[in-house]
Amino acid sequence: MQLYLPIADIPINVLLILAMGAAVGFVSGMFGIGGGFLMTPLLIFVGIAPAVSVASVASHIAASSFSGALSYWRRRAIDPALASVLLTGGVVGTALGVWAFTQLRNLGQLDLTISLSYVILLTAVGSLMFWEGLRALLRIRRGDPVNLRRSGSHSWVHGLPLKMRFKRSKIYLSVIPVIAVGLLIGFIGAVMGIGGSFILIPILIYWLRIPTSTVIGTSMVLTLVTMVIATLLHAVTNHLVDAVLALILMVGGVTGAQFGARAGQKIRGEHLRLLLGLLILAVGVRFAVELVVRPTDLFTIRDTGGVAP
Amino acid sequence: MIRALPIIAALGIGMLAPARAEQLIVSVSNHRVTVTPNYAGEELVLFGAVEKDDKTPPGRNNYNLVVTVNGPRTDLMTRRKERRFGIWINTDSRQFLQVPSYLAVFSNRPMDAIAPADVQRRQQLGINNVLLTQRVGTDYADVVATDPFRSAFVRLRKEHGLYREETSAVTFLTPTLFRTSIPLPAEVPIGTYDVEIKLFADGALISKAETAFDIVKIGFEQFVANAARNHGFIYGLLTAAMALMSGWAASIVFRRD
Repeated sequence: MQLYLPIADIPINVLLILAMGAAVGFVSGMFGIGGGFLMTPLLIFVGIAPAVSVASVASHIAASSFSGALSYWRRRAIDPALASVLLTGGVVGTALGVWAFTQLRNLGQLDLTISLSYVILLTAVGSLMFWEGLRALLRIRRGDPVNLRRSGSHSWVHGLPLKMRFKRSKIYLSVIPVIAVGLLIGFIGAVMGIGGSFILIPILIYWLRIPTSTVIGTSMVLTLVTMVIATLLHAVTNHLVDAVLALILMVGGVTGAQFGARAGQKIRGEHLRLLLGLLILAVGVRFAVELVVRPTDLFTIRDTGGVAP
Repeated sequence: MIRALPIIAALGIGMLAPARAEQLIVSVSNHRVTVTPNYAGEELVLFGAVEKDDKTPPGRNNYNLVVTVNGPRTDLMTRRKERRFGIWINTDSRQFLQVPSYLAVFSNRPMDAIAPADVQRRQQLGINNVLLTQRVGTDYADVVATDPFRSAFVRLRKEHGLYREETSAVTFLTPTLFRTSIPLPAEVPIGTYDVEIKLFADGALISKAETAFDIVKIGFEQFVANAARNHGFIYGLLTAAMALMSGWAASIVFRRD
């Protein structure tokens, strides 16, 4: 079933895009991530211009994280106080990221920067997550006690001033690292065109020691707000958001996310981390291969506009 | 390598056309191609006839035709990757200025059999002779057809079906009646397409004709494209609202708790 996309200006197979949306949605629901780092490369692969892909994926992530956030909200798995402190940093970070994006584009090496950051970030986070999941599995197999939250082992983070009580997460923590994390994720998200949950969640769990029960829901709120802002910015500045493409992705994505979330609850946490680590690592390696292996065509063409005088 | 372009001379060619003894009458099957939701490429047909008059040398029937279709013009950046520090990155680039986004050249026989090389170049017959202006440093010029950037540019456009050259596509149904089809790929640019038909006999241009067709978006496609371009903020708000709506709808439909 072919459909012509009004902004991307190419016909696409609706069923293919629906299936891609559902597949990425399934993964995102399962791991509680946005899935932008999977969706954007997939869209580029089927022939949609990178700029249109990045811009349209933002609204797709907004949809799937909103649906996720709603169900986490009903289960009281979102910490509103933590979410608002994260957002304070996130909004500023997004604005800074958009500014950096423009600067990099002016320098003419935006594509390379994006590829390199994908490689570095994804391989680093992926291998850490994979390694951690593997260690946890081995520990369980040996029957050792799981000691993720060692009481009394406070790091320097817990000595910072401006402490605040986050009731629902049952922690007492300084707002400084929380705002800094929001800032970082907002920045990375705007430059790389991703939601950033796959980095945010490990940081919140392992560094800030926020209980797993509220982490996923709260990170979805941050993703939701930054992606809504990103959609607006892309629509206003570049006019590249393809609403038809976004709608197809959303329908596939939110449906897939529901099934993914159910599947995710059936899988043990260690397995889940191991799988997600592998997936992130695979995407990172794919980007690395693309940079290192001689491309089949050394030349590329890009439309730079220029209306006839 | 670079051959400077006598643009003024190129523009003057029309005035240098020889006295008309034959007249071309042409028509395309559709002057307005509409892009609808199920558009997936189309094929137009160009029909034409050579009309002789009393100045036509008697018994002249060895006509040759070259049809050139130029899509809307745009600037296209061509980049070349090179290996630096072990990774492949874009290093060199050339910008092609106001070149046709779609370019098709059809004829009834190979260009070399139609006209000598100098006429081919002057009349821009075939993709190798069509003017493709590049920005080279501070200069604006076309280059020889074997230039790596120019040939890579043409090759990439051909791979997408946007540039094509077929030297047996024009068929003469009778000695004076001809037709050719104009295939339009799915990812065809929107805009006005100029069709130029040149008639040759004995290696010289004897007549030419022009026609055009438009490729337009209509209905929903046009509405969305216009909204995105002219009302970016409202469009963005609506898209964001749509995202929230579908997220909310999904959480209701699949609600379990």
